[in-house]
Parts: sequence; C-alpha cells; structure tokens
Amino acid sequence: MSTPTIRKQKIKRTTVKTRLIIFGTLAVLLLIGSIFSSYLTPYDPYLQDLSNAKAAPSMEHLLGTDRYGRDMLSRVIIGSRTSIYSTLLLVAIITAFGTAIGVICGWFGKWIDVILMRISDMFLAFPGLVFALAVAGVLGGGLQNAIIALAAISWPKYARIARSQTLAQKETVYLRAAKLSGSSTIKIIFKHILPNIMGPILVTSMLDIGTMMMELAGLSFLGLGAKPPTAEWGSMMSDTRSLITIVPWVTLAPGIAIFISVMIFNLLGDTIRDYADPKNREVRS
Amino acid sequence: MKYVIDRLIQLIPVLLGITFLSFAMMQIAGSDAITEMYADKGAVSVEIINAKRAELGLDKPFIEQYFIWLGGLVRGDMGVSYVSGKDVFDTFISKLPATILLTVLSVLLTILISIPLGIIAAVRHDRFTDYFLRFFSFVGNSMPNFFIALLLMQLLAIKLGILPVISSGTSIQSAIMPTLTLAIAMSSKYMRQVRATVLEELNKDYVVGAKARGVRNSIILWKSVIKASMLTIITLLALSIGSLLGGTAIIESIFMWDGVGKLAVDAITMRDYPMIQAYVVWMAIIYVMVNLVTDLLYHLLDPRIRLGVAE
Repeated sequence: MSTPTIRKQKIKRTTVKTRLIIFGTLAVLLLIGSIFSSYLTPYDPYLQDLSNAKAAPSMEHLLGTDRYGRDMLSRVIIGSRTSIYSTLLLVAIITAFGTAIGVICGWFGKWIDVILMRISDMFLAFPGLVFALAVAGVLGGGLQNAIIALAAISWPKYARIARSQTLAQKETVYLRAAKLSGSSTIKIIFKHILPNIMGPILVTSMLDIGTMMMELAGLSFLGLGAKPPTAEWGSMMSDTRSLITIVPWVTLAPGIAIFISVMIFNLLGDTIRDYADPKNREVRS
Repeated sequence: MKYVIDRLIQLIPVLLGITFLSFAMMQIAGSDAITEMYADKGAVSVEIINAKRAELGLDKPFIEQYFIWLGGLVRGDMGVSYVSGKDVFDTFISKLPATILLTVLSVLLTILISIPLGIIAAVRHDRFTDYFLRFFSFVGNSMPNFFIALLLMQLLAIKLGILPVISSGTSIQSAIMPTLTLAIAMSSKYMRQVRATVLEELNKDYVVGAKARGVRNSIILWKSVIKASMLTIITLLALSIGSLLGGTAIIESIFMWDGVGKLAVDAITMRDYPMIQAYVVWMAIIYVMVNLVTDLLYHLLDPRIRLGVAE
C-alpha cells in the first residue's frame, strides 16, 4: 500500500474516533438526562391547569401548554424516559432473542435450523409495519404490546446475521480443536462463538435504535402504544394534533425531541459501524 | 423458465405461512371477540355464546377452521365486519385503489427526487454538494413520517394556506401532502442507496480504463455507469415498496386519505378482527407478489443472468 493511502486512512481513523467521542457523549448525556428527567422538569408534567390551557410559548412555559394546561417542556422532558427506555428495551429484546435463535440454527443445523429459519421467513414475508399494526391491534394498545409487536417483526434480521456468523465460526480451526478436546456445547457457545460474533450484531443493534424509536413512536401516535396520560413523545403528538392550528409548538415540540434523539442515535450508530469496519482498522496493525 | 417455476413453487410455503400466521393471530384474539360482541348487552347465557361460536365455526378444531377460512380467502369470502356488518373483502377492495394511487404517486415522486440527487451526490462525492445532499438525507432519515406530515401541514396548509388541512375525498389536491410526506421519507433513505450504487460503479476498473483512453466524463457517466447501475437502483426501489405499504397506514389516517391503511387503523381501534385480518393477509400477499415480480424482472432484464453468462 502506498504511503498517501495509509495517511489518508490514518486521518479517517482519527476523525472516526473524534466522532465516536462526540456522539457517544451526546448519547450518554441523553440517557443520563432521561434517567434523571423527573428532577429536570420545571413543572409537574401531569399537573393540569385549565385556566392556562393551550398557551403559546412564553417565559414561564418555554414550549407552551397543552389542552389541559400541562407544561409542554416538562412533558417533553419526562417523555424522554418512556420513549428512550422502551426503545432500548425493544432493541435489547430483539438482539438477544434473534441472536439466540440464530446461534441455535447455526450450531445445531439439521431440522432445527430448517424449522426455525422457515418461521423467520414467515415473519419476513410481511411488509414492515403491517404485521406490527396487526399484532398491536390484536393484543390491544399499551406500550408493552407495542414492544411485543415490533419485536415480533424485527428479530428475524438478527437471527439471520447470528446464524451466518455462527456457521462461519464453526468452520474455524480453533473451534474444531475446542470440540475435539471435549469442550461442552454450552462452553463453546458462550466462551467461543458469542464473543466472536457479537461485533456485527451489536453494530446492527446500534443502527436499529433510531428506526425502532421512530416505529415505536409511530405506534403510539396511532394510539397503539403508550396511553395518555403517560407522557410519551408519539402519543403526545397525536394528543395535541388538533392544536396545530392554534399553538403549533405544542404539537411539534415532541416531534423535535424524537428527531433529535433519533439523529443522535443514528449518528452514533453510523460512527460505530465505521469504527468497526475492518477497512479502517488495517492501519492499526 | 426453470427459474420462474422454481420461484412459483417456493411461493407456496410462504403464502401458507402468511395465511396461517394471520389466521392463528386473529384466532387467539377472536375467542374473546365473541365475549366482546355481547359485552355491552348485559348478561348473556353460555348457550347463546356457544350458539354464536358454532355459527362462526369457532367450535371446530383449529386446523379445520384454518382450511375452511383459507377456502373462503381464495373465493374472496372473508366474513363480515363486526362493526359495519358489510362484507370484509368487498370493503377492502373498494378502498384499495386509493392506497395504490398514493403508493404509485409517492414512488414516482421518490424516483424524481432521489435518482438525480443520488447520482449528483455520487459524481461529486466528498465535495460540498455531496455533503449538502447527504446532510438532508440524514435529516430526513431521522424524522418519523408522522412528524414530517405534521410539519407539512403546519407549513403548507396553515402558514401558507395553499392546501386544505384535511383532505376531502381522493382528489389530486388532497393527494399532494400525503404523497410529499411519503416521498420525502422514502427519498432520504433511497438517495443513499442510489449514491452508494453509482459510486461503486464509478470505482470499477472499466471507468478508469475509459478515462485513460480519453472518453469524456459525461459519456462514461451516461452511457456506462448509469446504465449499469439502473438495474440495481430499480430493484432496490421495488423492494422498498413493502415499507411503503405499511407506512401508508399512519399517513392515511393523519390526512384522512380514504385507503386501506386508514381502514386498518380504524378497524384496530374498533377491534374489528375480520377487517384487520383481511388487511394483514392481503397486504402481505401483495407484498410477496411485488417482490416476486421484481425478482423475475431483475432476472429478465439482467443480460448476464438472461444469457446464462457467469459473472
């Protein structure tokens, strides 16, 4: 490799590192902010004050008030907890479940593989949100059911990645050696396969956080997720939708909150993907 | 030809899977639908409930019920709506054209926006234009479509007053905002794919070769690169129709667009299970068919595959 290319890559690598630090910090701040959100609200987010309903943004209420006179800024802040943590929970569930299925398929193969993969094909045959809508519809609204609905359509992707990664690992010499020397299946899966395949899976989960947050908010917007009065960004937007002609800020503020959070997680996801890209890593060795 | 037959045979288990899953899901929900039907009628004796169960065929074994239901599905008989009492399949079919219109318009607009912009971004890669376009696609990718919808509403209908806030019927005027919303969301995602595809083609050896021989850049771009990338670009677009089919539901109900998406959302709110079932099954079948046709066209159009030349 010629020197200019190496230098170019080194520069790229440093910028990726800088980006990682910046976006990582932003994401951590967002998470910490949402943990302590109840201490950050200027007003009680559930306190109704009908005499001051539908107020435009002012010094007292920076984002105005909703139909019941609840302070929007406080509701947006407290809503971060529901919106962000339910998304993280959802991503954790699909990552764990999909990986488990994928590793089982890849390691055991044969009929288990055939059956589980056909089942995952069935879920993949449904277009995007259509199936999630139906699951949420059948189970009825509620945040928990919305998470189940989205998990039901999202796990097959992880199962496929985990399966192909496991199959690749299975062919390696060290694993054959481990098997020959009598390591138990459990030990092989947990000590050898999982640590080696988690990289690409975790990158996928990071990239999925933004999308999942939007889809969860979408279900809540349709009334199939978090139920009022729980402050959640998607349901807050549909709640205040009719106010868009009078006080547009009240409707748009939760949307901007979703937008900013999704953007931070997307930027972080992209950066982690670039960081993990072996093309950028060659230089290190 | 053998490939076509293979694909059609592969379709059978997928269709069985889709229908079975939709059926099973509604069956789990359906058992309390009977109780729900009578919920507001006060105390109802077990006999009446059982009679209703038998009338709806809910007392037969599960697999038998599935095949009876599947037979109905093939004949276009999917039962009646719990809410309106009308035939579910007829209602679905009557709302379908509106959704197809919206989908076609959005796809056309997406093509108009994202293909030229994606090509420009690829040609000017790592320059200002590229960063500028990528920034917009990134912003668009981070906005939920209902947020885009409300922003457009605020801007076009309320601030500027060009369009009505809520659509009345399926006129072109009322189609503008839902189409724009779906196209903006889709274009942001799709522009990235177009850019990546064209960029990959631009980095191939033959492009360097053509440049070395002094072929003009515009000729390389139009005669070779774009021609070569088009197939992948169109395929990716066709495959993204799936996410569009699901995505229309939210947008249709925001803009009161009278299509199947709004129908489904309304049915979910009313717990109208036969209606939800019809929506899920048919959307999935349409999706599978679109993907199949895309795949077959891809094989038909790609000269390497058509002529059986190995890559």
